[in-house]
Amino acid sequence: MENRMEVSNVSKRFYTDEGELLVLNRLNLELKKGEILGILGPSGSGKSTILNILAHILEPTSGEVTINGQIGYMFQRDHLLEWRTIMDNVLIGLEIQKKLTDEAKERVEELLKTYGLWDFRTRYPNELSGGMRQRAALIRTLATSPDILLLDEPFSALDYQTRLMVSDDIYQIIKKENKEAVLVTHDIAEAISMCDRICVLTSRPATIKSTYAIELSVTREKTPLISRKSPEFSHYFDVLWKELEHNE
Amino acid sequence: MNKKPYSQEYAQYLAGQKKKKYCILAWQIGLLAAFIILWEVLAQVGILNTFLFSSPLAIWKLFLTYLRDGSLFGHIGISVWETFLGFGIGTVLGIFIAIILWWSETIAKVLSPTLVVLNALPKTALAPIIIVWAGAGIGGIVVTAVTISIVTTILSAYNYFSLMDEEKIKMLKSFGATKWQILTKLILPANIGNMINIIKINIGLAWVGVIVGEFLVSRYGLGYLIVYGGQVFRLDLVMMGVVVLAVCAFLMYAVVNVLEKWMTKKKSH
Repeated sequence: MENRMEVSNVSKRFYTDEGELLVLNRLNLELKKGEILGILGPSGSGKSTILNILAHILEPTSGEVTINGQIGYMFQRDHLLEWRTIMDNVLIGLEIQKKLTDEAKERVEELLKTYGLWDFRTRYPNELSGGMRQRAALIRTLATSPDILLLDEPFSALDYQTRLMVSDDIYQIIKKENKEAVLVTHDIAEAISMCDRICVLTSRPATIKSTYAIELSVTREKTPLISRKSPEFSHYFDVLWKELEHNE
Repeated sequence: MNKKPYSQEYAQYLAGQKKKKYCILAWQIGLLAAFIILWEVLAQVGILNTFLFSSPLAIWKLFLTYLRDGSLFGHIGISVWETFLGFGIGTVLGIFIAIILWWSETIAKVLSPTLVVLNALPKTALAPIIIVWAGAGIGGIVVTAVTISIVTTILSAYNYFSLMDEEKIKMLKSFGATKWQILTKLILPANIGNMINIIKINIGLAWVGVIVGEFLVSRYGLGYLIVYGGQVFRLDLVMMGVVVLAVCAFLMYAVVNVLEKWMTKKKSH
């Protein structure tokens, strides 16, 4: 099978005492091998709902979701547990899945060394900077060896400079580890700089409005920071800006 | 900590802080001493009626008598033991019930009005009934203490548990965590500080239960000493009972404080 993930005709309704709310309306998506897919939409358009369905935290009301591989979820905030050391924090996924083997631990130790957190493994989260915390959260996600990463505005809680650096880090990690990712965001520039393909959502009930393949001409190896300097960047920005504007 | 040389100003600041601390301590002790001396002097010269107010010296003498014949330790021991059982059972059982409520939203909703009514009701009003049911010995007194502490424990623990950040629960769920894992890896460890606070409140509440219970039925304990002293108009006995009670309650509280410090120290090292 060519696609890592296929979502066909998925609808999601939420039921409350006030009534029912159609959040996703016959949504179709696919995630190809090796790509980072961006889902761009206005706030409140049900972006997180899509990820929650992909992560099996929510069940779709109708439609079908096929996923080939393990899912790893990155959240807006790092959600590190304050009473656990960084080491114990990054191991929690393995602990829950009862996969805390010696090989798995060694892999995690490698990840900590690679991403500059080895010296902080016995520290507690409140002793780390925002960017380091977010990297620890990423290692926690990577520790369970997921094939597909779901990124729910994973940089939005960081200040601008850290945000650029961490998104660069995470982009390179995803590409280096040969993973696929779905990035949900309302930040147009972030989507263009990181994604290979971008789907624009309509406002609620969300469905895919249009899809853009992002092709940037960069001379060196592509990273989000370099992508931002490419000549096509502003063109894509304008196009996507207009797409989102028409939603309002 | 670190052995960096301090600047002169910092040393001065530290000395100032220390001086302030001693100054406050001196005032605290001074006020207490002044109060006791004034009381004694007023009693000696006859301005205070010692029949109604007793006097510090008389209380002290009585304290020594009770200390020498050893009966004071019996009274203290039994009251402390009852309180310990009361707040121990109240806290553990209360948190256990709070976990059940957290586990099942339906049970929580079914029991909600009952808990609200029980919380509003002054539990001491139930003491006579409880003592009839549970017996007029230590059993009845402990049950009274448990009844007083358990309802607030359930309500506040349940409240803390349900206030847990939904996103953190989602994080664990994304790894496929079961409800039991969410409880043991997130809800309980996240609320250790809150549970220590519950224990602190429960010590006070358990003492209320124990003293009320002893007022009603007991032949031993500090509550008995106080109520007996009142009945035979021996105010020195009443006052001594109250002072010993205050010291016991304070010591129990101090033990929990030490425990709390030890736990937070363990966490941050």
